[in-house]
Amino acid sequence: MTTAQNLSRPTGDSPWKVFWHSLIHMPWTWRIMFGYLAFMLFLPVAAMLTKSLSIGPAEFWRIATTPLALSTYDVTFTTSLIAALIDGVFGVLIAWVLVRYTFPLKKLIDASIDLPFALPTAVAGLTLATVYSENGWIGSLFAPFGVKIAFTRLGVGIAMMFISLPFVVRTVQPVLMQMERETEEAAWSLGASSWQTFWRVLLPPLFPAILTGVALGFSRAVGEFGSTVIISSNTPFKDLIAPILIFQRLEQYDYAGATVIGMVLLILSLLMLLLINFIQAWGKRYD
Amino acid sequence: MTDNLIGSSLQTAELTPRNKPVTQANWVSVVFIAIALVFLAFILYIPAINVFYQAFSKGFEPFLHNLSEPNFQSAVRMTLGLAAIAVPLNTIFGLCAAWALANKRFRGRTLLLSIIDLPFAISPVVAGLMIMLLYGRQGWFGEWLSEHNIKIVFAFPAMMLATAFVSMPFVAREVIPVLEEEGVEQEEAAYTLGATPWQTFWRITVPNIRWGLLYGVLLTNARAMGEFGAVSVVSGNVTGQTQSLPLFVEEAYKNYDTEAAYSAAVLLALLAVVTLVLKEILERRTGGHLKKSH
Repeated sequence: MTTAQNLSRPTGDSPWKVFWHSLIHMPWTWRIMFGYLAFMLFLPVAAMLTKSLSIGPAEFWRIATTPLALSTYDVTFTTSLIAALIDGVFGVLIAWVLVRYTFPLKKLIDASIDLPFALPTAVAGLTLATVYSENGWIGSLFAPFGVKIAFTRLGVGIAMMFISLPFVVRTVQPVLMQMERETEEAAWSLGASSWQTFWRVLLPPLFPAILTGVALGFSRAVGEFGSTVIISSNTPFKDLIAPILIFQRLEQYDYAGATVIGMVLLILSLLMLLLINFIQAWGKRYD
Repeated sequence: MTDNLIGSSLQTAELTPRNKPVTQANWVSVVFIAIALVFLAFILYIPAINVFYQAFSKGFEPFLHNLSEPNFQSAVRMTLGLAAIAVPLNTIFGLCAAWALANKRFRGRTLLLSIIDLPFAISPVVAGLMIMLLYGRQGWFGEWLSEHNIKIVFAFPAMMLATAFVSMPFVAREVIPVLEEEGVEQEEAAYTLGATPWQTFWRITVPNIRWGLLYGVLLTNARAMGEFGAVSVVSGNVTGQTQSLPLFVEEAYKNYDTEAAYSAAVLLALLAVVTLVLKEILERRTGGHLKKSH
């Protein structure tokens, strides 16, 4: 019994008539949903699209490829990618440890993985900037070696790692829980080395989940603003990231400049969404 | 059949002295746990402990003193006000969307689900930018709004819109799976027995989805109170007027007033801790049926 079927559709009418009919007979829940979506989502997206169209392709391209803009893409995308990949490695390890081993305080540690989801990003940026600064708890360990973390690209990377860690763990964990231990144990007992068991038995079914987690973490890191704006020194060509450049353009009332860079980020996040859906469809082959 | 075969071969394997994998696994497990904990300590735990340490290292007095600052109090009021409007709006939307999309199969359903998730994929700064392009001085409605003397941008309405935008999908996302799991039998039975849609909703649906709904509201609230990027773009950040608590944290830090920054930060961190605890309770109550990830 679907709603679409409940609407007694006039058959044989023109598509417009069918559309009009379904619009008039739409249940009120649908009206609220579409009304809210139209006002909150479609309208803002439309405003951004028309603004970027009004700029014109030549001007759009010029603004999108200024040396400063290009350097912010480089800093944003490269740093996010490295941060997401590091989270990929450690996230899988954490998920593995949480699913397969028992140790004291395990439940507390499991719950704490969601901290970056719950902790406001401004607080994350503030405390990371303090802890990783030259005289902070962790920063002072690295300072003697001449490694500055806070207010450099490295600090931006740390903030991005903080933000995207739960995405990897929470995507890999359920898949790992469903995997049967017997398969690995069979591999063991058939004489496979632990390395072989890992590469040939464990990794292939986990791989789509790991990729999804890394992709989700990457797209979150690319858009991140709150924590990165605090831990970055926001020096152009060094650690200035694209979202902060958008913010600065808006502060200067340069709406066209902000829109162009915003469009680049928006297109990238839509591509990432497509990629994630594709990976998940591909991963279903194990179900 | 195969399961039995593997099971029996394993049992014999355990009995033979060739139980090397087990001892190796013990040794490996200690190393793995240690690496995971060290990583988590550097990324999560030390920074989290630092928030509380910095806020209370000089005792409670500076904290209480900062709490009584008017700018701080206005930031708290602003944050509560934003959540008080954005959370109910998103809850109503989420319920309607879940009701419209759960247990239904029609063309374009997957697309609609992805559209509802879209605000999570969009950078908060871009979300703020979109609102500026609509209601800002040069925006679509900018002229009309200034003619009629309605202030949206750099004021509460735009901050509320930004907050609602970034926290939009949570309720729908958490309620849809619960509704799908419950199925439609109970509701159909109620209809057959003559219940009105409204009665069915309050007596059957709401009790069924209540934990999922609470979970969604909890996540919406955490995001609404903690949002920085989108709100900061549209707020103008006027101290004491258009400053929410996260904006206050950043402003105080930039002005080298670290003490005030941490006093506000510790409140937000407590909100995060409460959120995580309630989340854990809700997950236990539903026996892990609620999705762990967002």
